[in-house]
Amino acid sequence: MALAIALILLVVGSVAFHFLSPWWFTPIASNWQSMDDTVNLTFWVTGIVFVAINLFMAYAILRYRHRKGTAQRAKYEPENKKLEWWLIVVTSIGVAAMLAPGLVVWARFVDVPEDAAIVEAVGQQWHWSFRFPGKDGVLGLTAAGLVTLDNPFGMDPGDPKGQDDVLIANPELHLPLGKPVKMLLRSKDVLHNFTVTQFRVKMDLVPGMITYLWFSPTRIGAYEILCEELCGIAHFAMRGSVVVDEQSGFDTWLASQPTYAQTVARVAGDPVAGQAAYATCMACHGPRGEGNEALHAPKLAGQGSWYLARQLRHFKQGVRGAHDDDVYGKQMVAFAGLLDDVGINNVMAYLATLPDGPLPATVAGNSAAGKPLYVSTCAACHGAAGEGLWATNAPRLAQMSDWYLSTQLNNFKQGIRGSHAQDFYGAQMALMARILADDRASNDLVAYINTLGKPESQLSAYNDRP
Amino acid sequence: MAYVAIADRDVHPHDPQTFFTRYIWSQDHKVIAIQYSLTAILVGLVALVLSGMMRLQLGFPNSFSFIDPSNYLQFVTMHGMIMVIYLLTALFLGGFGNYLIPLMVGARDMVFPYLNMLSYWVYLLAVIVLMVGFFVPGGPTGAGWTLYPPQAILPGTAGAGGGIILMLVSLGIFIVAFTMGGLNYVTTVLQARCRGMTFMRMPLSVWGIFMATVLGLLAFPALLVSAIMMTLDSTLGTSFFMPALVSMGEPLDYKGGSPVLFQHLFWFFGHPEVYIVALPAFGIVSDLLSVHARKNIFGYRMMVWAILAIGGLSFVVWAHHMYVSGMDPYFGFFFATTTLIIAVPTAIKVYNWVLTLWHGDIHLRTPMLFAIGFIFTFIHGGLTGLFLGNVTVDLPLSDTYFVVAHFHMVMGVSPILVVFGAIYHWYPKITGRMLNETLGKVHFWLTFLGVYAVYLPMHYLGILGVPRRYFAMGDTNFIPESAQSLNASITVSALIVGVVQVVFIFNLVWSLFKGPKAGPNPWGATTLEWQTPDTPPSHGNWGPHLPVVYRWAYDYSVPGAKQDFIPQNQPGDPALTAGRDHGIKG
Repeated sequence: MALAIALILLVVGSVAFHFLSPWWFTPIASNWQSMDDTVNLTFWVTGIVFVAINLFMAYAILRYRHRKGTAQRAKYEPENKKLEWWLIVVTSIGVAAMLAPGLVVWARFVDVPEDAAIVEAVGQQWHWSFRFPGKDGVLGLTAAGLVTLDNPFGMDPGDPKGQDDVLIANPELHLPLGKPVKMLLRSKDVLHNFTVTQFRVKMDLVPGMITYLWFSPTRIGAYEILCEELCGIAHFAMRGSVVVDEQSGFDTWLASQPTYAQTVARVAGDPVAGQAAYATCMACHGPRGEGNEALHAPKLAGQGSWYLARQLRHFKQGVRGAHDDDVYGKQMVAFAGLLDDVGINNVMAYLATLPDGPLPATVAGNSAAGKPLYVSTCAACHGAAGEGLWATNAPRLAQMSDWYLSTQLNNFKQGIRGSHAQDFYGAQMALMARILADDRASNDLVAYINTLGKPESQLSAYNDRP
Repeated sequence: MAYVAIADRDVHPHDPQTFFTRYIWSQDHKVIAIQYSLTAILVGLVALVLSGMMRLQLGFPNSFSFIDPSNYLQFVTMHGMIMVIYLLTALFLGGFGNYLIPLMVGARDMVFPYLNMLSYWVYLLAVIVLMVGFFVPGGPTGAGWTLYPPQAILPGTAGAGGGIILMLVSLGIFIVAFTMGGLNYVTTVLQARCRGMTFMRMPLSVWGIFMATVLGLLAFPALLVSAIMMTLDSTLGTSFFMPALVSMGEPLDYKGGSPVLFQHLFWFFGHPEVYIVALPAFGIVSDLLSVHARKNIFGYRMMVWAILAIGGLSFVVWAHHMYVSGMDPYFGFFFATTTLIIAVPTAIKVYNWVLTLWHGDIHLRTPMLFAIGFIFTFIHGGLTGLFLGNVTVDLPLSDTYFVVAHFHMVMGVSPILVVFGAIYHWYPKITGRMLNETLGKVHFWLTFLGVYAVYLPMHYLGILGVPRRYFAMGDTNFIPESAQSLNASITVSALIVGVVQVVFIFNLVWSLFKGPKAGPNPWGATTLEWQTPDTPPSHGNWGPHLPVVYRWAYDYSVPGAKQDFIPQNQPGDPALTAGRDHGIKG
């Protein structure tokens, strides 16, 4: 009795939940409304079956439940061929009614429109980057073995078709409204998956092969790209963004992005000119770039140039130091504004010549308590020795200013740093910093980092794009 | 000497001599079944705790310092693998298969008792190797239970050095154990049925377990070779699954392998695996429904054919797990079609379960509650399968919580409800005592309602687009705050369900000593295991003479019969057997 009532309530409750639930499709922003339609159709067919069978079962329980003291006896009925065949036929029709429209829509998905623009999405642990084919409309050849700090896309320098390819070395992709796009998907390392929930379509990136999907954006806006194939520890932090814009806005954006040929043609910085420019920095960061806690200036010597250069640009562009609570970041904004791209280049070249000395520990904590988190999680990007890794866009931590690490961890956690829409890698770190439950956890972690010696190798060649 | 069929040989080939050979190093299928079951349940409790840890993080992100992104994924991985392989597969086949097959087909034991004993000990070794993963540097693998390369063996994933190798080795050992057991189950069903036990008189439990074992024998080799190949890729630098790639900025020496090849091999095993778990549950629940509704299972022959059809079809649907894997999308047409076809025999089984209740005399005792609970959750999980099997519908839902909700409902919750029902049902035969009915009902209601509160809302997170295997959602614009509240409520429900299992464990232990004595056939069931001369059945099961079967397994409420059941081994007035075998004329 209770069971029959419970089943009825569960059926009613499920249907009510379905219709009252605020959790439903995220509004669509692509041409794949037909996919939503197939989902809805499937909901109707399966919903009717769900309600019908369960209510029938509840009724059967109510009606044929054993009652004490009655001489009830079940009916002996081994088979009912006619009924069974009817059920088979009706079920088959219901299944076909769901399958057929699904296959029709799928036929459209596998058949990419001929006028679709080609865009490549490149996945790696744990970042997105993108490539447009340039004026010739053809993407140049790439190979995993060619990937270096200077050539993160693995471009084949000998392929003339690749010279005009436009390289987007950050996870923000712009697309024009209403134009079909065929995304070619390439992975440098492990499996990833390109998903924009609002576009409905998704596909894995598989190293060693190129996969694809297509869609036409139908709504202006910025949509998150999520990796939806488990790709390691920072899988959940592998985010990107698609900005759908009018054609003109898109064209302007695309024109401002560098081609492969332009990235190759960059000139190295001049350390002598850099030394002159560094005179300004020296007041706070010290003559040997060793930093000064009293002035809230972190150590620079030994830090990856690609990282420092990016931070300088972020300060200049208002991506960093813009938050009201970032008092010392704000100070840096003014100074960063003094350097143009060539100047940044030169300062980086000079910093690379400075001696990388050890620092006294200033943060007290239990390094043994901080070790597990560092080893299991932080090391994945920053390296087991805290040496920093250009490939994961993770700066060096070992033997850098420890008080600065504490401040920044706190800033990331509080959203003071990493919350700007253009601070892609900072946003990633913000997700990670939130793992730290409290100040003690943060201190323990920094204390562990303090036990790491000076890293043996540090890539400091300056190669970030201007 | 004239040939005597195995079923007719009246010998006790391996009488136990000592306590040690009787209970530890035992060749008795019933003892081995209990060993298998207890080990599986124990390791299942580990997996249950792991799921609790995952739910804590999802419901209350970053509140627990012992959960970080790395060990979160280790929990996910170990939870999944343990539940699917080391709990469900081992429990249904090594546990129920071992206990029920010889008793239900009227045999004295498995055909190869020594091999059967080895099967358990090798399984135990597999479990130990798996558990060692928790104690090696780097811990167990965090690659997800599907263990997809290249990620599983590269830096950036927990346990990429030691944990993954232990996992692969453990799986290899498990497959050896399964093969030893599986050959036994199949051979016993084929060769050792007692006189009169024709195939079409076998209880559906035996059919389900038999077919699942056949699937396992055909499917596990695919997993074995992929485990071996991945081990070689990891240790010797072969490139079966490894293309040229860059790891953390460093080019590696691999060249030319295919990660998608692994996925094909994995799912060629992995999809039949779903039915390796589901078919025994289908069979067992059919018998529970029939016994407790005091009615023959409706459409027995169709049920048998459905089991065979599902088993056969399960080998041609594997790539529906790979619609977004990057395989040629044209495969989608074929695999969507085969997958939806499999819904037809599956639906028939559901109809026949429900029609078994119709015109029944339904006794709502604990095993029956679980059986009916199973029908409900299985309908739900089966229907959501129609979403994910249909390639277009799958695309938006793939890799979201809809998938997690679906497969937990259909192959987590549903089979586990059958496991519970089956334990309540057969415990009296296994121990000679009844389980406490009140505790059983508490266990049922909280578990059944609790799991539904966990998994129903989870589908809607998936429709919204919340991705699975995310340690934390962080700030994602399209995901509203309310989704986090929903996650918290799911976690609370899940923790309640987890804690309620203590009631079950307590009941198992307490009733062993204090439960009322059961008698040989407390439910009034027809099948042979309830007709043994001793309860619990003694070694050799049948005393001096093997049973002889005269009728099918479902002679309940036969018109004109004195009792509302006629045991299979009762010879009898053909007039009372209502159309002799299974009620079919002629």
